[in-house]
Amino acid sequence: MNVHANATVTRAEVEDFLYHEAALLDEWRLKEWEGILADDATYYVPPNDDLDGGHKDTLYIISDDRERIRQRVIRVLDPNCHAEFPRSRLCRLITNVRITGVEGDLVHASSNFSCYRYRRYQREFVYVGVYKHTLRKSAEGFKIKERRVLLAAHELGQLGSVSFIL
Amino acid sequence: MTGARSFVVDDREKGIFLLDREALVSDDVLRGEMRNIFAKCWIYVGHGSELKRNGDFHTRKVAGRPVIFARDGKGQVRCHFNTCRHRGALVCTERKGNTRRFNCVYHGWIYNNDGSMARVPGDEAYTAAFDQSTFGLKAPARFEQYRDFWFMNLDPDAPALVDYLGKATDYIDLVVEQSPSATMEVLAGTQEYDVNANWKLMVENSVDDYHLPSTHSTWLNYMANSGVKVEPPKDPSLVLPTHGLAIDLGNGHFTTDNVNFRGRPVAAWIPIYGEDAKPEMAAIREELVQRVGPDRAKRICDTNRNLVIFPNLVINDGSSVTIRTFFPDGANRMHVTAWALGPVEESESARARRLDAFLTFYGPGGFATPDDVEALELVQQGLANYSDDRWSEMSRGMGREGEQLNSDEHHLRTFWRHWNKMMTEAL
Repeated sequence: MNVHANATVTRAEVEDFLYHEAALLDEWRLKEWEGILADDATYYVPPNDDLDGGHKDTLYIISDDRERIRQRVIRVLDPNCHAEFPRSRLCRLITNVRITGVEGDLVHASSNFSCYRYRRYQREFVYVGVYKHTLRKSAEGFKIKERRVLLAAHELGQLGSVSFIL
Repeated sequence: MTGARSFVVDDREKGIFLLDREALVSDDVLRGEMRNIFAKCWIYVGHGSELKRNGDFHTRKVAGRPVIFARDGKGQVRCHFNTCRHRGALVCTERKGNTRRFNCVYHGWIYNNDGSMARVPGDEAYTAAFDQSTFGLKAPARFEQYRDFWFMNLDPDAPALVDYLGKATDYIDLVVEQSPSATMEVLAGTQEYDVNANWKLMVENSVDDYHLPSTHSTWLNYMANSGVKVEPPKDPSLVLPTHGLAIDLGNGHFTTDNVNFRGRPVAAWIPIYGEDAKPEMAAIREELVQRVGPDRAKRICDTNRNLVIFPNLVINDGSSVTIRTFFPDGANRMHVTAWALGPVEESESARARRLDAFLTFYGPGGFATPDDVEALELVQQGLANYSDDRWSEMSRGMGREGEQLNSDEHHLRTFWRHWNKMMTEAL
């Protein structure tokens, strides 16, 4: 991987994209969010105790291919998704954005996040960790090829479920 | 102290069963449970496959006790209390690893991985009355295994584990036989999450098939979207697409035993697995037929079973195989730990399919478990009214003769009768 191979990608572009994605997720505009996913997009949340394990031999929290993401969006937008009805109010802060590699049309980006999730009765959950995005760049802009969410907590514990798109 | 009153109304003549909701909210009840249940029953600690090499260990909390689950230098699986004999500090602070010795960081007392005392620094300062050899790590009174599922018991007078498990062993066997060598292993990756609800609500939820259509309609939609037939049956007494039973296994253990409709890695194909998986899954089934015969193979592949070992071990042999245990943290919260279990000789593709199937339903990011968690938390929140709305209703199916249905509440009553007996007949 060569960080400087593609001089046309700037951190500001990647930041703008990640902030846009965060807004779509926080505002539950998940159909629009699907619009910025590549056709081969994947979404992974590895287990807290084995962040480096592969999803084919390690029990993940979430390991979605594109079709599973589509089904997940159908589910979480359904009022019968009880874990998210009424919907959590979400607010995520993204910082420490770095381009960690460029390979052809693929851009690897790392960022730190805090995702605040509020449920009724002022129950507050703070998910903290690192996003690892692989973005595919085209004339129309970026599409997400992979998003991988690495949680900093030793265990999910009081965070309970990952019932929304983290 | 709560006293020896009954927490249930069990009127078999009228067919009414009620549970006093104080059982789900009271700190006194929880103290009673720690004494009368968690200190008397066989409590699951871990699976031998988590300790592959001599010296491997995991630290965990079991029934509120910090323990070290370890394989010693000679290969013996052990359970030590993770507490220094000197002043009581944890002697192992890592989650897992491999070691010959456990060192207390406070004054440097050192223990061998078989629990025996290795060294007390500056031991010349003690009198002759101080016998260093007696200062090995303490261990639960009993520690036994059935097919590599290891349990501890704090009661030296408890029956042998295999007698305690009784008829439940048949259902553990149905899981273990999925491996050609009868060797299952816990896979990497642990799901650990809290539920703000009384631990006994998870016992109920793990076998309660009545809730499936209402709590899990989004999962049923997902199954339907993926080509699985999920229409409810013609028989109005059934709520699931297929017939299922609730079975009392004695000693407080019970299971569901359902005709499968949801796909099983061993070995019932559904479209989610993909066309590519068909030949391999056919081969897995054929191997079973050859090894255990067609009837037993059908039993393994075409039924799914959620087994509860009293009080708090659940083995879900459904969309995948899970081991799930949970412990109270106060009357209103529990810590849940879940693992995936698979045959050691499974191919890479079969292993990947098993893990993927797990996530279609189970776990904190699954398509079903988060809604179970929500339902249990809604119960706990609603139970704040318990003093004015005292009784939970659990009579469903009570008039039914003979076979009991998974979508009734026979198995829940089985749990609560046994729990009530242990709580009220204890000294």
